[in-house]
Amino acid sequence: MRALTWHGKKDVRVETVEDPAIVNPRDVILKITSTAICGSDLHLYDGMIPSMQAGDILGHEFMGEVVETGKSVTGLRKGERVVVPFVIACGACYHCSRLQYSACDNSNPPDKADISETLYGHQMSGLFGYSHMTGGYAGGQAEYVRVPFADVGPIAVPDDLEDDEVLFLSDILPTGWMAAENCEIEEGDTVAVWGCGPVGLFAIQSALMMGAARVIAIDHYPRRLELAAGLGAQTIDYTTASVLEALLEMTGGIGPDAVIDAVGMESHGFFVDNVYDRAKQALMLETDRPHVLREALMACRKGGRVSIPGVYGGLIDKFPLGALMQKGLTVKTGQTHVQRYLPLLLEMIREKRIDTTFLISHRLPLESAAEGYRMFAEQQNETTKVILKPGWEQVQ
Amino acid sequence: MYHSPRRFGVPLALSLAPLSGGILAAVVMRKPRHVHRNEDAPERALREQETDAHRIVGRTVTIARPRDEVYARWRDFPRFPDFMENVSLVEPLDERRSRWRVEGPSGTPIEFTSAIIRDEPGKLIAWASEEDAAVANSGQVTFRDAPGGRGTEVDLEIAYDPPGGSVGAMVAKMFQREPNIQARRDLKRFKQLMETGEIATSRMRPAVEQLKS
Ligand SMILES: NC(=O)c1ccc[n+]([C@@H]2O[C@H](COP(=O)([O-])OP(=O)(O)OC[C@H]3O[C@@H](n4cnc5c(N)ncnc54)[C@H](O)[C@@H]3O)[C@@H](O)[C@H]2O)c1
Ligand SMILES: [Zn+2]
Ligand SMILES: [Zn+2]
Repeated sequence: MRALTWHGKKDVRVETVEDPAIVNPRDVILKITSTAICGSDLHLYDGMIPSMQAGDILGHEFMGEVVETGKSVTGLRKGERVVVPFVIACGACYHCSRLQYSACDNSNPPDKADISETLYGHQMSGLFGYSHMTGGYAGGQAEYVRVPFADVGPIAVPDDLEDDEVLFLSDILPTGWMAAENCEIEEGDTVAVWGCGPVGLFAIQSALMMGAARVIAIDHYPRRLELAAGLGAQTIDYTTASVLEALLEMTGGIGPDAVIDAVGMESHGFFVDNVYDRAKQALMLETDRPHVLREALMACRKGGRVSIPGVYGGLIDKFPLGALMQKGLTVKTGQTHVQRYLPLLLEMIREKRIDTTFLISHRLPLESAAEGYRMFAEQQNETTKVILKPGWEQVQ
Repeated sequence: MYHSPRRFGVPLALSLAPLSGGILAAVVMRKPRHVHRNEDAPERALREQETDAHRIVGRTVTIARPRDEVYARWRDFPRFPDFMENVSLVEPLDERRSRWRVEGPSGTPIEFTSAIIRDEPGKLIAWASEEDAAVANSGQVTFRDAPGGRGTEVDLEIAYDPPGGSVGAMVAKMFQREPNIQARRDLKRFKQLMETGEIATSRMRPAVEQLKS
C-alpha cells in the first residue's frame, strides 16, 4: 500500500510499504477514506519528538471502512464506516474504567513503554503514528491501517454524514472540547485562547457553547484570527498588541477567568524568552519552547483555571511557578480522552449544532501528503487544515 | 535518556548463581526486614540493600481482576510462555517440580528443574531451582487485594548475583536483558493478558511463527 513515512526533520515521503494484517484478536483493518494532518504532526515534522525511526508511518486523525475483523471483535462489522480515536485504549484497565483513556495502562507494547517511564515516571498509552515512545504504531496517513482494541475506540458513523463532517472526531474536535471543559466555565467567564489553529478554533467554539460570556483569541495570522472572529471571539494579534496588557484592559483589570494554551511546545514570536528558549534548544539544554504557557500563567486571573491542550514533550526553563502558586491557579491538561466524548459530539454534529468543516482549507490526494505537510508548516495563514484522500488521483 | 542496551540479562525468575547455589531462595529465606528500621518501602527500593551478595529486583502492578483468578493464572506454570518472553517450555514433573526451557539469543536453550518452595493459594508462590541447575531461580510472587476494588496488586521479587567473572561472561552471551527490565516487561505482558486477553504490539503483520500455526 501507499503511506506517508517520516525520514527526519522536514523529510516526509509517500512510499510503498507492506500492507497491515490482523495480528491480535481485537484488531480490525481499516481501508482509509479520509485522514488529516494535525498540529501535533508538525512537532514530528520539526523533529521535536524523540524516539522516531526512519520509515515510521504518520497520521492519527483518520476514518474509513472496516475490511477485516479479528476473532474477538464485537460490535464492528465488515463494511462499517468508522472514525478512530488517536488514543489507543484497552477499555479494561483502571484508567480506562475511570474514562481516562489517554492514560490506558495496556495499549503501549511492553518493549516500547520503557522510554516514557524514564521521561515521565510512568508508561504512557499507545497513540497512532506518534513515535516509539507511544507504541510505535503505524499511523493512518495511508491506504490501510491496523486498529488494535477496535471494540473500544472506533465509533460507527451514519451514512448521511460526509467524511468532512465527522473526521475530526478522531482528535481536534474532542481536543478542543476537553480543553474548554477543563476550564470549568462559569456564568460571566472570560476565556482567553492562545493559538487559532484547529485545536484553538474548536476550543473557542466549545467554550462559547459551554456558556463563556466572552472568548478572546490570540494569534498572529490574519486568516486564523478571522476564523476565530467568525465563531464569535474577540481577537488579539500579538504582533501588534501587548497580550498581557490587552487582556487585563479587556477584562476590567481582572484577567481572564480561564486560559487555554492551544499552541504547545513550538511557540512563534520574537519575544525575549522565546529567543532564549531557541538558543537553549539549539544547544539541547531545553526541549520545549513554552513562551505561550508562561504568558498564559501570567495573564490568568487570581484563582483562575489553566487548560493546556498544547503538547509539551520534555523540560522547560523559567517556568513561572510563583505565579501559579501565589495566584492559586488550577491546571488541567493531557492527551485527550477521545473515547469519552465521541457519542456526545457525534450527536451534536447530527443535530447540526457543531460545524466541523469551516476550517478545512485543503483537500489533497494522499500522494501529495508531503506537500500538504510543507504547506501546513510554512503557509499557516492560508493552510488552516489539510485533509488527505487515499482514493484520489488528483486534487478535486 | 533511554536505557543503554545491556550486554547481559536473565529471564524473569531466573538468575545466575555459583553452582553451589548461593542465592537459592534468597528472596524467600532472607531475614524479616523492618527490624531496626522505621521503613515500609520494599527492600528493592532501599538505597542500600541488606543482602550484599544478591541483588533484589522486582516490580508491582495492579491488575483489574479478582485475586483468586490472578493467582490461578500465575500458578498455571505451563502457560508461562504466553507472557514470559524467553521461556519456551514449562513441563510439570510432579505437584511441586517442573522442567523449564529458556531460550537465549545465542540459540542454545538452557534447561533446569524448578520447585515450588511455598504455595499459599490466592496469596503467594515462591520457587527456587534445584541444586544442580546452572542457572538458579529464586523468586516469589505475592497477591493482595488492591484498595477501592481496583483488583489485585501483584508483587514480584527476584534475587540474583550481578554477572561477573567467567560464568557471568558465558551467561551474558545467552540473555538479552537486565533482569529488572525483563521482569518489568514480563509482568506487564501478564497484566495485559489478564486485563485485555491479548498482548499489545505495534507489529503491522503477524510474526512468521504465528502465521505457520
Ligand atoms: N492534547 C491533545 O490531545 C492534542 C491533540 C491535538 C493537538 N494538540 C496540540 O495542540 C496544539 C495546537 O494544534 P493545532 O493543530 O491547532 O496546531 P497549529 O500549528 O495549526 O496551530 C498553532 C497556532 O498557534 C499559533 N501561535 C504560535 N505562537 C503563538 C504565540 N506566541 N501566541 C499565540 N499564538 C501562537 C500559531 O500561529 C498557530 O496558528 C499543538 O501543540 C498540538 O500538538 C494536542
Ligand atoms: Zn491530532
Ligand atoms: Zn486501558
